[in-house]
Amino acid sequence: MEKFITHTGTGVPLRRSNVDTDQIIPAVYLKRVTRSGFEDGLFAAWRNDSDFVLNQPEFKSGTILVAGADFGTGSSREHAVWALQNYGFKVVISSRFADIFRGNSQKGGLLTILLSQSEVEDLWAAIEANPALAITVDLEAKTVAYGEQIVSFEIDDYVRWRLMEGLDDIGLTLANSDSIDTFEAKRAAHKPKTLPIRA
Amino acid sequence: MPLFSKNLGVAMGKTLAEKIWQEHVVRAKEGEPDLIYIDLHLIHEVTSPQAFDGLRLSNRKVRRPDLTIATEDHNVPTQNIDLPIADPVSKLQVDTLRANCAEFGVRIHSLGDAEQGIVHVVGPQLGLTQPGLTIVCGDSHTSTHGAFGALAFGIGTSEVEHVLATQTLPLQRPKTMAINVNGKLKPGVTSKDIILAIIAKIGTGGGQGYVIEYRGEAIRELSMEARMTICNMSIEAGARAGLITPDETTFAYIKGKPHAPEDFDAALSYWKTLFSDADAKFDLEVDLNADVLEPFVTWGTNPGQGVFLNANVPNPADIADAEERGAAERALVYMGLTAGQPMKSVAIDTVFLGSCTNGRIEDLRAAAEILKGKKVAPSTRMLVVPGSARVRLQAESEGLDKVFIDAGAEWRNAGCSMCLGMNPDILKPKERSASTSNRNFEGRQGKGGRTHLVSPLVAAATAIRGTLSSPADL
Repeated sequence: MEKFITHTGTGVPLRRSNVDTDQIIPAVYLKRVTRSGFEDGLFAAWRNDSDFVLNQPEFKSGTILVAGADFGTGSSREHAVWALQNYGFKVVISSRFADIFRGNSQKGGLLTILLSQSEVEDLWAAIEANPALAITVDLEAKTVAYGEQIVSFEIDDYVRWRLMEGLDDIGLTLANSDSIDTFEAKRAAHKPKTLPIRA
Repeated sequence: MPLFSKNLGVAMGKTLAEKIWQEHVVRAKEGEPDLIYIDLHLIHEVTSPQAFDGLRLSNRKVRRPDLTIATEDHNVPTQNIDLPIADPVSKLQVDTLRANCAEFGVRIHSLGDAEQGIVHVVGPQLGLTQPGLTIVCGDSHTSTHGAFGALAFGIGTSEVEHVLATQTLPLQRPKTMAINVNGKLKPGVTSKDIILAIIAKIGTGGGQGYVIEYRGEAIRELSMEARMTICNMSIEAGARAGLITPDETTFAYIKGKPHAPEDFDAALSYWKTLFSDADAKFDLEVDLNADVLEPFVTWGTNPGQGVFLNANVPNPADIADAEERGAAERALVYMGLTAGQPMKSVAIDTVFLGSCTNGRIEDLRAAAEILKGKKVAPSTRMLVVPGSARVRLQAESEGLDKVFIDAGAEWRNAGCSMCLGMNPDILKPKERSASTSNRNFEGRQGKGGRTHLVSPLVAAATAIRGTLSSPADL
């Protein structure tokens, strides 16, 4: 995973709440067996609408998505994270994220930032007033800076450390594989097994 | 970061979720997520290919193939299943799962196998889903298995790879919420109506960060399958997991299943310890009165936008919150509905009976009971998609297939089907469904399709009348 320390880019104001994973990427686009190429499916239904924000030339190259509350509700598809990343997004800002989506984003290095709804509204207004506005996200300082504004955000220290180091969870866990062996040795015998197959 | 209530030296009771969590901590370290052992890992074709690729790239194995099981469900056609899958991209995904399972030694139930079906129907019917387990799957409806008193939740593909490689997951402890469903359900009101009412009450984000425990008289009186319907839709309230205290209903359901414990008494004595202590503190409690519930139906484009079937389409102007009002206005446009219009005046093109929410044998029986000797309205089509091949066989042995076919419904093979439209079973733009599934998101059942979530009873009555209806309207 690529390290995330700071990112400067322009914003895309997505003024909608409850953007579910079927909107981020419809199921029909989930059939690939790779992690790449999902950008075509990103917001597929809405991209047919010429008024949709990503169809506005001034927002086409944005890398920081600023969305309404409850972003990423619904399915566990990590393809939603991949679609956003494949398209070019590095950061998503919202006042509330669905749990599974947020977990997935942190695994794949897409930074999801929680701001208050009023901070989101201010950011929307600033981006709409000036689509070329440079926004700097600093994970080390835990701030979002634009114009004269510097807004602080909270993030779990462990998650932040992993993202800044670009660390892979599996490697971290396997460094403690002794504790897994110890746990397994004590598991109750009545717990089910899928093999051998019983009919 | 939300944590379980800290024990400050006072002997404090634990909730069921806390007990299961504590029993699965492999490693705990201050400032880090707990490493949690996973007892059962369910796999399907959509969220696993990149995980297996990751294992290959790092030269890793599946640590516990004997705690892992795969089925084909999301993509599979429900017709002509003896032929090769027509969609080449779907076929590739299914073939990839088969090859991965063969390479890594994972048990798989493929199309045509009697145990093939929706992963959340297959686990319980094999007896693999048991109280006190931690269960994960790359699918958000894994919460279904919580009906057995298991801690079960959906995960993303990176986590699928992590579980394959280590049989564990690093997880932040969730908060706990109790939802007390007091009183008794009226006839014609089902567990689907309970969960739709809960989501309408707490909202699609109400459960974020929580494990929900469903409690109370109305929950205790439900069958296992009805309990699964409730836990299944926990994620629609934002909660990654929902669970119910295991009891005699649970134990009787597991007994005799292929993978029921051989030493049943040993398991049983453990299962009986699985309940929330009387002095356990939940972080949040919510009450719902089952006595006043009626059949529920959604009018909008998220599962929280629901009302009683006897009510009218809400007027967005009556909604105080600006954001919610805007969402309601957009939803009415998308759904092609008018504020104030009676829900029962809405004509339905397609009725879908199936999914991991309501595709089990009891759901099929309940719908068949209503359809028996009746006809599906000429303007309406009805798809009946059993949750698993085993459910289909059971239904056929009871003659339910004949009831559906005689009524004019289509009797299909098992899979996720029109719940999410990854296979050929989709709605056309503006086509309107009454669906026993779990999500009414824009385009969920096909681009431009309009979904009303309902119970199997409402689905059957709607098929007969051609407009949203309850059995009482027949």
